Amino acid sequence: MIYLDYAATTPVHPRVLNAMLPYFAETFGNPSSVHRYGQQAEAAVDSARENVASVLNCRPDEIIFTSCGSESDNLALRGAAFAMRQKTGAKWILTSKAEHHAVSRTAEQLGKLYGFQVEWLELDEYGMVTPEAVEKAICGGTGLVSVMYANNEIGTINPIKAIAEVCHRQGVLFHTDAVQAAAYLPVDVQSLGVDLLSLGGHKFYGPKGVGALYVRKGTPLVPAQTGGGQEFGLRAGTQNVPYIVGFAEALRLTAEERGQRTAALKPLRDHIIGTLLEGIPDSRLSGHPESRLPNHASFAFKDVDGNLLLTLLDAAGFACSSGSACKTGNPEPSDVLSSLGLPREWALGSLRVTLGSSTTPAHIDAFLKVLPTLVEKVRAIHRR
Amino acid sequence: MSKVVVAMSGGVDSSVAAALLKQQGYDVIGMMLRLWSEPGKEDTNRCCTPDAMAQARRVAAILDIPFYVLDAKEIFHSIVVQYFLDGYAQGVTPNPCLICNRVIRWEFLLNHALALGAEFMATGHYVRQRTMDDGRQQLLRAVDRTKDQSYVLHVLTQEKLAKSLFPIGDYPKSEIRRLAESLGLPTAARADSQDLCFLAGEDYRNFIRCNAPAAGGHPGPIMTREGRILGQHQGLAYYTIGQRKGLGAGLTQPVYVLEKDATTNSLVVGTRDELGSRELIAKDINWISGQAPKGSFRAEVKIRYTAKETWAEVISLEIDKHVNAGCEDNVRVRFDAPQRAITPGQAAVFYDGEELLGGGIIV
Repeated sequence: MIYLDYAATTPVHPRVLNAMLPYFAETFGNPSSVHRYGQQAEAAVDSARENVASVLNCRPDEIIFTSCGSESDNLALRGAAFAMRQKTGAKWILTSKAEHHAVSRTAEQLGKLYGFQVEWLELDEYGMVTPEAVEKAICGGTGLVSVMYANNEIGTINPIKAIAEVCHRQGVLFHTDAVQAAAYLPVDVQSLGVDLLSLGGHKFYGPKGVGALYVRKGTPLVPAQTGGGQEFGLRAGTQNVPYIVGFAEALRLTAEERGQRTAALKPLRDHIIGTLLEGIPDSRLSGHPESRLPNHASFAFKDVDGNLLLTLLDAAGFACSSGSACKTGNPEPSDVLSSLGLPREWALGSLRVTLGSSTTPAHIDAFLKVLPTLVEKVRAIHRR
Repeated sequence: MSKVVVAMSGGVDSSVAAALLKQQGYDVIGMMLRLWSEPGKEDTNRCCTPDAMAQARRVAAILDIPFYVLDAKEIFHSIVVQYFLDGYAQGVTPNPCLICNRVIRWEFLLNHALALGAEFMATGHYVRQRTMDDGRQQLLRAVDRTKDQSYVLHVLTQEKLAKSLFPIGDYPKSEIRRLAESLGLPTAARADSQDLCFLAGEDYRNFIRCNAPAAGGHPGPIMTREGRILGQHQGLAYYTIGQRKGLGAGLTQPVYVLEKDATTNSLVVGTRDELGSRELIAKDINWISGQAPKGSFRAEVKIRYTAKETWAEVISLEIDKHVNAGCEDNVRVRFDAPQRAITPGQAAVFYDGEELLGGGIIV
């Protein structure tokens, strides 16, 4: 099998796994305990926090560890929306339909059940949110803007820095979901200028089940999960020490190797895009041609059942994914693809190919050899 | 080793089918069809509820085989549900399982299986298959006669059978259950039901009322063979041959539905004695062997999925030899004893001992 779905998740890096292992059975204490067991565990979490802070170019006490990227998004949106309404009365949330559901569904719920108003930002044909679109949509009652750093499905990178500037000029909080971006893009929060930034460990060779939220000092935030005073009172619950250690080590390695990783994968990715667009009739790239994640290629094929294509690819030994695929055989075009204005006969035939640590040129050659025939096969089945 | 796609339902039969094939060394892939349900009733469709899907996925994980769900909603609706509604609109009692097997399982799913590189498609049907010396395939009744499903598979051809496997037909149900337990497969029995999957437990009459009221027909007379009018029916689709209840009050003696006359839109009723008939005509005959037997022959005939087979003479009515190249002749079936409730739209299938010779649709 050849794995080409690194945007879905990545294997844990061996160095990350090694860093985690002592914290399961040996150094197992509760970081909140007074005794030395607790002190050792606390030291591990503190040092992880420092490492993360140094990659993000922020203070350690601006890092909140969570259980995943989705939780970070939830804490950011709920926490900031409630806090801003309390503080200023602002009840508008601006975000887009291209966001991960952790953001868009959370915003929807805040609108439906908690009296907030949600405005969906305009997207261009590449699924990008422009600073102009944000500028146009912000009003006096806007409390929070959330725009993702890079899109998981179509790879498009948003101009986060420029959007942050627009928000700050208007005195509005700005959150970015950097879960997909962090594996390849710099996450220096000073240079990005964001107030809140979400991360998830398993997208950059860390373990699943751990994430973090950067909260700029002074950002009003109401905890979404209450209980003990962990994580500066913003996220109750005993810290997941081994996973936090793994998260920090994975992020540190990612920052260290970012240039190398990009250099290794981008040419392969470009080769995929060039070959497929040329070799497969009625095919198009989804997402931005240049401003996109370097390991990310995503396509739409006209009159192709994307789910079936994935099935055939899997049977042929290639693991990819699609914006319309679901395991229950109930395909609907994803919100993201629909928001690009793709007609249904294109949007149901999407394919995402994302590269990573184990990808070799030979893998890509094998993949490029197989895919056009499979697309043809899928089209043939449906022509019957 | 040859690749085989197993049509899985989450139930114990198809699960054990997959397990047996795996044991026999096949390269097994599990596939499940996502069929159509009435909007809002997806959770109760008998074949493909989220529950059943989760169960099938579990089984695939236990057996360590890949598992995929195939979307068949549109084709199922346009072919099978439409066939069902059309049948009622024409005054017959259709059996949509037959067309589902022919078009959805042995065409749509089989084509996908072949596209995946499979040589065979297997199902958890209780039937057996025998390859003759000349390579031809026979379809045989299951060892467990009480579970035999050959009736709904009379639509299969030599070409399809050559690509089919029926791993569980050689076992009694009790043995299948025991095998499932010993293999650690979930055996939670879901209610065995003869209902159609897409009815989701609902009465078919309701389904027609909600989904295609026009197919239900319009009110007309209830009358005896002699033309005496006894009352009014609600639309022919809402009645079945042999039905006694629901014909309206005020009748002095019990009457039964004898016939649905679509041309005059009348529901013909009569006494229990009038219900029997010695003869039927069946159309769209499929002969499993690919060749119609010459002249007439004696066979055991089954006229409903749940009916007992009974002796009859089957007489070929070769209408036009040029048009009907061997498999679409009509036949006349003459029973040794009168049969109650011969129902147009259901299948009549013919057996020579263990072997299913073929069958067609009662007109």
